[in-house]
Amino acid sequence: MSFAWAKPYEPKSTFMKYLDERLPLPRLVYGAIGGGYPVPRNLNYFWNFGVLAGLALMIQIITGIVLAMHYYSYAGGAFDSVERIMRDVNAGWVLRYVHQNGASFFFAVVYIHIFRGLYYGSYKAPREMVWMLGLVIYLLMMATAFMGYVLPWGQMSYWGAQVITGFFSAIPLIGEPLRIFLLGGYAPDQAALTRFFSLHYLLPFVIAGVTILKIWSLHIPGSSNPTGVDVKNERDTLPFHPFYTAKDGFGIGVALIVFSIFVFFLPYSLGHPDNYIEANPLVTPAHIVPEWYFWPFYAILRAFTVDFILPAKLWGVIAMFASILLLFFLTALDRSPIRSTSYRPVYKIFFWILVADIMVLGYAGQAHITPLTLAMSQLAAAYYFAHFLIILPLVSKFEKPLPLPNSISESVLHGEKQESAPFGLAKTGGTTAAVPAPAE
Amino acid sequence: MATVDQTSQPFMPGEPVAEANGGEGVRRRDFINVAAVSFAGVGAVAAVAPLLIQFSPSDDVLALSSTEVDISKIQPGQGIKTVWRKQPVFIRNLTPQDIAAANQVDVGSLRDPQTLADRTKPGKQNWLVTLGVCTHLGCVPLGIGEGEAKGEYGGYFCPCHGSHYDTAGRIRKGPAPLNLVVPEYSFASDTVVQIG
Repeated sequence: MSFAWAKPYEPKSTFMKYLDERLPLPRLVYGAIGGGYPVPRNLNYFWNFGVLAGLALMIQIITGIVLAMHYYSYAGGAFDSVERIMRDVNAGWVLRYVHQNGASFFFAVVYIHIFRGLYYGSYKAPREMVWMLGLVIYLLMMATAFMGYVLPWGQMSYWGAQVITGFFSAIPLIGEPLRIFLLGGYAPDQAALTRFFSLHYLLPFVIAGVTILKIWSLHIPGSSNPTGVDVKNERDTLPFHPFYTAKDGFGIGVALIVFSIFVFFLPYSLGHPDNYIEANPLVTPAHIVPEWYFWPFYAILRAFTVDFILPAKLWGVIAMFASILLLFFLTALDRSPIRSTSYRPVYKIFFWILVADIMVLGYAGQAHITPLTLAMSQLAAAYYFAHFLIILPLVSKFEKPLPLPNSISESVLHGEKQESAPFGLAKTGGTTAAVPAPAE
Repeated sequence: MATVDQTSQPFMPGEPVAEANGGEGVRRRDFINVAAVSFAGVGAVAAVAPLLIQFSPSDDVLALSSTEVDISKIQPGQGIKTVWRKQPVFIRNLTPQDIAAANQVDVGSLRDPQTLADRTKPGKQNWLVTLGVCTHLGCVPLGIGEGEAKGEYGGYFCPCHGSHYDTAGRIRKGPAPLNLVVPEYSFASDTVVQIG
């Protein structure tokens, strides 16, 4: 229970009382997602994406377990088993489309969730651990998605496995032996396929475990909120149920509609046709690109073309991993005490430039390599690092933030006309917006 | 707490919203609640359907439903073991003695009363086609191969739990409840049997 006024669980029936005394599961649920968990009352729809990520994980685990009943991780038959799922297994097509597009859905939701965290300063104290556990989940997701993509054993699967495991060969001295060790051979083959399948089945459960830790950690300070101002008293919060179960329920409905459009009408829109050609170790597809959710990182990887002290290949791999590991140090890089970017006029500009920069990296990551796209990815990669290592520390040092509201409830109740804008930022004159005080 | 000016003070959770309507009776909110949860429930059931129907035999398994067997080489007293739907099928060419033994039995005394004629095709009484699956717990009985134990009644003997079948494949002794199952089959010609 995060706040003093959080309501303790009171069993309504004798059965629940009996259960609660012996196994306080109802108490746990009530305190985590029930009426006993007070949540800031001003959360906007961006706060739906944590629950949506959990939903996506459940969809992937459930459909994945079922698909594993029909898939076989045999290099000579994996490709055919996937085709059999599509043609012969009852409802196999829908299960596979949901799982295949579900990966994209999961990443899309998580990216919005991450940018929500970046914009509203969710990584700042006291939620640093929540942020870092989220990054661990993200890294696990990337590993899981990569290994899952290998399983259909098509051309993109095979060459994806070849390229990604090739990262390890960039490490000096131990690189190539390490790559062979990880693959269990000189090139992706039966050994690699079987271990990828085993790990692809394992890692989602590790993700689920880390998710539990993350929620545990989150529920100590409770959710952040769009103003970034701390919860001060009961007026600032609402019980999770029914207020946020209803809001999340609505969000889930909208998200599932969008997801269904992809599953039923555009199932191939995010994939590559080359993956419907069975893996051939002797022919590389002409244009090999990862799935869309890896494009920005792929652009960073390819941006390094010149040996400088270290070989270019190693630079690319280091930069790509660094681009994510950097985010673990975000709290140290951004020293501004203001959480919400709505009150940080200078950082706000750079935040949106960063978003645009990552879009450019994404475009460059999927484009054919030409001098233009290469220059684009080099500039954008340089800016990505500059944003976190130079701009962010400087801005947080010199920026003069806008006045913060005194409390969440004051922010919520500053008048109908201003309700869509953060407190003190609305253009039109309000009733109580005149005298905002700075935060502590 | 009962009346709160919404413009100056936030709405407090836990307040009885219904009070304003007079409390008793079905509220709009109750209806919306039930409607929303039912709608989600129907959706959830629809979403579970594919997770369950994938368990049933897939199209390529169902495609195994029919098989043709050449029986021209089977001499009287011999039998073959073939496969239909991944299950063993016994095709046996009965000798006149086998047929006589099967017809001597008082049908009323059997656990699963059937005559040999019930279990074969008219005019082809010497061809006994049964699943090679014991009706007790699914083992494959002995007796179709050369030199295998045929049991006390000269038909089949299941080594798992000791069920004895006679020359018409009927259960005579042991724990099995029913005669060996006669699959759906027909004679495509005098020498070809189509099972399924």
